[in-house]
This record gives sequence, C-alpha cells and structure tokens, in this order.
Amino acid sequence: MTATELPGPLAEIADDFRSASNDLKLQLLLEFSDELPALPERYAGQLDRLERVDECQTPLFLVVEVEQSSAAAERRVHLFFDAPAESPTTRGFAGILHAGLDGLSPEEVLAVPDDAPMRFGLAEAVSPLRLRGMAAMLARIKRQVREKSAA
Amino acid sequence: MTGDDRKTSAYAHPERLVTTEWLAEQIEAGRVGGPDGIALLESDEDVLLYDTGHIPGALKIDWHLDLNDPVTRDYVDGARFAEVMGSRGIARDTTVVIYGDKSNWWAAYALWVFSLFGHEDVRLLDGGRAKWVAEGREVTRELPTPKQATYPVAERDDAPIRAFKDDVLAHLGKPLVDVRSPGEYSGELLHMPDYPQEGAMRGGHIPGAASVPWARAANDDGTFKSREDLEAIYLTEQGLSPDDDVVAYCRIGERSSHTWFVLTHLLGFESVRNYDGSWTEWGNAVRVPIEK
Repeated sequence: MTATELPGPLAEIADDFRSASNDLKLQLLLEFSDELPALPERYAGQLDRLERVDECQTPLFLVVEVEQSSAAAERRVHLFFDAPAESPTTRGFAGILHAGLDGLSPEEVLAVPDDAPMRFGLAEAVSPLRLRGMAAMLARIKRQVREKSAA
Repeated sequence: MTGDDRKTSAYAHPERLVTTEWLAEQIEAGRVGGPDGIALLESDEDVLLYDTGHIPGALKIDWHLDLNDPVTRDYVDGARFAEVMGSRGIARDTTVVIYGDKSNWWAAYALWVFSLFGHEDVRLLDGGRAKWVAEGREVTRELPTPKQATYPVAERDDAPIRAFKDDVLAHLGKPLVDVRSPGEYSGELLHMPDYPQEGAMRGGHIPGAASVPWARAANDDGTFKSREDLEAIYLTEQGLSPDDDVVAYCRIGERSSHTWFVLTHLLGFESVRNYDGSWTEWGNAVRVPIEK
C-alpha cells in the first residue's frame, strides 16, 4: 500500500459514496449516522476522558484505544465516538471513520492520507466547510494512535 | 386564547410567527402540502437532520444548495428561486412556514432570502424543530411528494433589507448591531465558540457597532422572548427606535437574520438591513476600519 491509498474498508466506503448521486450520498451518510455505535459502558458519563473535536460544527468527542499485544503486528486500533442525535452529519462522519478504520493496525491508520475526507465526493452534497469536521477528527485519531502505540 | 397566542399577538407583525399548537392543528386538518394549503419547510444547519425525521408534510430546503449560487458568492437568481419554489409545490401566494435547528437560525436566514424575492406570506415556527420534538409531537422519515407548482420569476430586491460592504461603510455612525458572541465582538475570537475557524484575518467589530448577541432575543426553548422583554433590550437598553435605520451582522449572516426578524417583524422596525457578508467579509476586507 502506498501512502496515498485509502485502507481497504475505507476505500470501499469511498467508492460507494463516489458512485452515488447527491441524494443517495446523504442517505448513505444517514445510515452511517444511524449505525454509529454508542459509547461503551466504561466511558458512560465520562466525556472528560474523551477528546473534544472543536472543528466540528457541533460537539463531538472521541477516544482511541490501541489493543496491546506481544506481537506488534497484531495490535489493533479501536475508535469510540460521542455525538448528539441532533447532529447527524457529524455522527455520519464519525460513522464512516468508525466503519473504515476500527480494527485496523496502528500503522494502517497512520498511513491514511490526511485528505481522505475529501475523497468521498461529499463536498458537493454537504459543503466543504462541513467536511473540515471530518478532517479534524481524522487528525486527532492519528495523533492519538501515534501517542498510544509509541510504547 | 392560550398563553402562546397572547405572546404572539403582542408582536408588531404577529402573522409572521406560528405556534407549534397552530401548526399541529393545520396538519391535523390536512392543510399542509400543496399550493392551496400551507407549505412547510425545514431549513437546518445540519444537512442530514431533516432526513433523520421531520414534521409530517415538511420539505427540506438547504440554504447552501438551494438558496446560494454555486459560483458567485450571492443568493440564487429569480429563475433558480422559481425552480426551487415550484419543485416544492409553492406558488407565489402560498403560505410558507419555515422551521429549523439551532433556534431557527437557518430558518430565519431562509425566511430573509424569501423576503429578498418578495414572497409575501412567509412565517417562522416559534421554537423551531427543538420545541416540536421536545413536546413529543410526531416526526416522520416519510418524504412528501409535492405537486409541481408554477412560481413566477421574481426579481430579487436586495436594497430594502440587505446591506453590502459599501452600504455599511456609508452607514458608519448610524446604528449597527453586532449579534455575535462577546468574544467575537471584542476580537478575542475569530469565530463562534466551538465552531470551525472561519478564516477572518482580524478580530474585532465594525466601528460603532453595539454588541447584542442574538441569543438574548431567545428563550431557553428557542422561542422568541415576549415583545416586552425584547423592547427592554433593544429600545430601553440599546436606545434604538423603530424608525432608526439599522444594520445587523454576524459572521456569515445567519444569526443576524434572527435579529433582523426580531427587529423587523416582532418589534416593527421599518428599516433594518442584514449585512450577510458580515465578519467573514469585513474582517478580511482591505482598507476597512475595525474596532476592538
């Protein structure tokens, strides 16, 4: 994989979006919003343990866990998000990143190009301004992965 | 008369505001949808919110895709506006009710754009989407299929209610209302707290502008404050008078549409213009003065 390619699951999602009409893109985004998993019990009521993404138009919180394993190649990244139901676009962006990146290795997540959010053909459907929220989420995910897999 | 009706009837133009109760009755009576009835539109900041569930019979209008020109930094022209209206079953004399998220910011923005085209009967749902949902009223994901209507190509008439940068320069010294947060007004912040950076080169406000954050006109549930409370803010405290020539602005013009609505329709000011270029333009413009 070269640094400019999206990892498999995220590439598939990007293909689905790019081949869809604008209306269908919004429907797909809504599905990702609906399917964003709720925060697990251990984070309930503990948003201070999550990182707030200020660039999103509505509050979004995220945290990354890197599964430790004796074999470096088996380490896996897990993503957790909290976004209100009144912010389905932000939830949809989080849903895409969850579906596309959860379970990948730290190296794979770090190799995701920073412009990935621009590769879904969403700028026309939701406006480029709104996409900055997804870029900001990705940047924070990568930074947390870097910190948490440094050991 | 309910308390809500009493509150509404005290405004200068009470016909511009409808209550959730009233809307529910219209839906119940089958009057929502179609050119002979009421057209209900949802205008949100979040483009997907409508799709998660909306008031039965409501159609979506996206300020960015439907009301903005894709190339010029301007609103659509009369022909495109006619298309947008016709596709939603709206005729020139249709009663249009708009509601949305975030205390009706984008709903007020859409209403203001409708007013640029001289659409006569356009109203806001007091309290917007949040109040409707909080009251446990029905929402649906079912999409209405409006009958195509014929809407005339109306020329946009910007002058009475829209100010451009040069108009604001000529207006300096007369009443200006800055509706952004206090931190944006002082120049400490270049954007709303918690919102994306909007890329203004300088922070501060237009010289002489008074700071009256838009939210002061709203109750916690997103409804507008009573006429008495609004008069206490804009007339008594700010010393404005309904015959003043006023310009309101914010960051891109959506929050100031809310204040424009309050001054024009709730308090009956005769000459209020919304400067939609707002701080994203003023804070970046060459050779315009700012104040901190």
